[in-house]
Amino acid sequence: MSAPAPAYDHSAARVLANRHRVRLWEAIPWLLAIAYYFAFPRYLGFGTELLVTVLFAISLDLALGYAGIVTLGHAAFFGAGAYTVGMLAFHGIWNEPVTGLIAAGIVAGAVGLASGIVLLRTTGLTLLMLTLCTMALLEEGANLAAEFTGGFDGLPGMVIRPLFGMFEFNPLIPRAQYLYALGVLLVGFVFVRALVYSPFGQSLTGIRENTLRMHAVGAPVRHRLVVCYMISAALAGVAGGLWAQTNAYVNLSTLGLDRAATVLIILVLGGYGRLYGAFVGAVAYMVLEHWLSQIYPTAWQLGLGLLLVIIALFARNGILGLFDTIMRRVKPKPASQ
Amino acid sequence: MTASLIETRRVSKNFGALRATRDVNFSLASGARHALIGPNGAGKTTFINLLTGVLAPSTGEVLFKGRDITHMAQAERVKLGIARTFQINRLFRGLSVLENIYIAISERVGAAPNMFKPAGKRRDIIDESMQLLETLKLADDAHHRISELPYGRQRLVELAIALGLKPEVLLLDEPAAGVPSAESHIILDAIDALPKTIGVLIIDHDMDLVFRFAQRITVLVRGAIFAEGSPKEIGANEDVRAVYLGQASHG
Repeated sequence: MSAPAPAYDHSAARVLANRHRVRLWEAIPWLLAIAYYFAFPRYLGFGTELLVTVLFAISLDLALGYAGIVTLGHAAFFGAGAYTVGMLAFHGIWNEPVTGLIAAGIVAGAVGLASGIVLLRTTGLTLLMLTLCTMALLEEGANLAAEFTGGFDGLPGMVIRPLFGMFEFNPLIPRAQYLYALGVLLVGFVFVRALVYSPFGQSLTGIRENTLRMHAVGAPVRHRLVVCYMISAALAGVAGGLWAQTNAYVNLSTLGLDRAATVLIILVLGGYGRLYGAFVGAVAYMVLEHWLSQIYPTAWQLGLGLLLVIIALFARNGILGLFDTIMRRVKPKPASQ
Repeated sequence: MTASLIETRRVSKNFGALRATRDVNFSLASGARHALIGPNGAGKTTFINLLTGVLAPSTGEVLFKGRDITHMAQAERVKLGIARTFQINRLFRGLSVLENIYIAISERVGAAPNMFKPAGKRRDIIDESMQLLETLKLADDAHHRISELPYGRQRLVELAIALGLKPEVLLLDEPAAGVPSAESHIILDAIDALPKTIGVLIIDHDMDLVFRFAQRITVLVRGAIFAEGSPKEIGANEDVRAVYLGQASHG
């Protein structure tokens, strides 16, 4: 690419002008994901769950990490997406996977827009509680509307049409599911990556860093937050829809506090507001959970709790933040990039 | 007298029983260099908050070029061309100096809602930001995070953000407070170099700065206008000396 010579060839200007460029190392997570497909054919179910969780965590990172919207109810949108796919398929209305995901995104985005318009008038603890309430209301709604949602039992054994009419979702050998989830994650990630490096994304970080100043530079702060929340909700809905399709069932766990808290922990663990924190956090959390629950079936959560305490005490910016700090110690600050 | 840019008519602001602003009639013409002085607690910052829309007046009107903006939100007033700096820094502390300016300029030029073009491809905004930083001798700090800068340099960023908005009305709330004297001339030079057409209102306790800068001075005491006039008149006003200047010399 031959950009015109910049008027100010200053290192800071260069860093900002180039930060959206794709770096070589950014291929690593995708190469690992493909390697996993070949290396662990027996664990593709776990792998699929992991990919879905990464997508969900990325959606949260957009709202929480970039725009600074404190939420403990993000599973509301995951569940909205999951139930959209689930109800459409279970009641025989629609079961094509790709369009099903789009529907999931639209429904969850609409829920995000409607709740965001009301909720984002508040901040901090009030906002946290209200996001929690929204999720609880949806969960209870899904529980009560048993005729449509299956209530407490959920919607089991729904049939999803083969992907592109060719690739069957076999529950025992979830190869198609894994690659499908990887493809959706890639699309979702590219979208979010473009968004956070855009002027819009930059203005979201401005809102996170100092809302009052954003008003004072003329930014329509609440409008931006609502748009961001809606996009984040739609992505979470896609993740939820993906979860429903690849598991072939939906239940109330998709809407629960457990899921909302887990994704928050994952993001804090990996490092929020840094795009790849979702990957690192999800892998660290889920691998650890998997491993700990095998060696200590009764008390595995203790191990995770300890890890969280350590992260909170010594690595406030998560695993990636810790990595940054170490790199800076090892290699004295480079003047330019 | 030239047409006023921003004007207040009998503006008052009450916080409960406290009358922070009382019946203030004030006008800032285009090209004006106006200073607002007064003892601590006189309501100077409250007055700026009324002009910028951070606070709504209890009674009275605020006008911009004759148009009633009393109930207009802060961000919309910025779009009209009313910018300010804060007495206490309000910066994007976790971001670089360059990004701080970039955010302001991208709002001004309407680039900020753009979701898909990388911010880095708006070379025009980056170049304008760097140019502005250069005039404020901040270019060498452009890559630093705000939290890494000494306070005096942060004050300059505060000013740079406001200048990046290319305002018609610039409200400076103690721009040089906390700036080491070796650097305060950079701020004064920047204020001197502002386009002659914009109206500037400055609050400051530094009388050297006020008398050097202002063509007109308003003295605010307990929320009301106590005196108004040229620097000469204010300097010679015995009452002003008694309530304010005299007091300052004891401090």
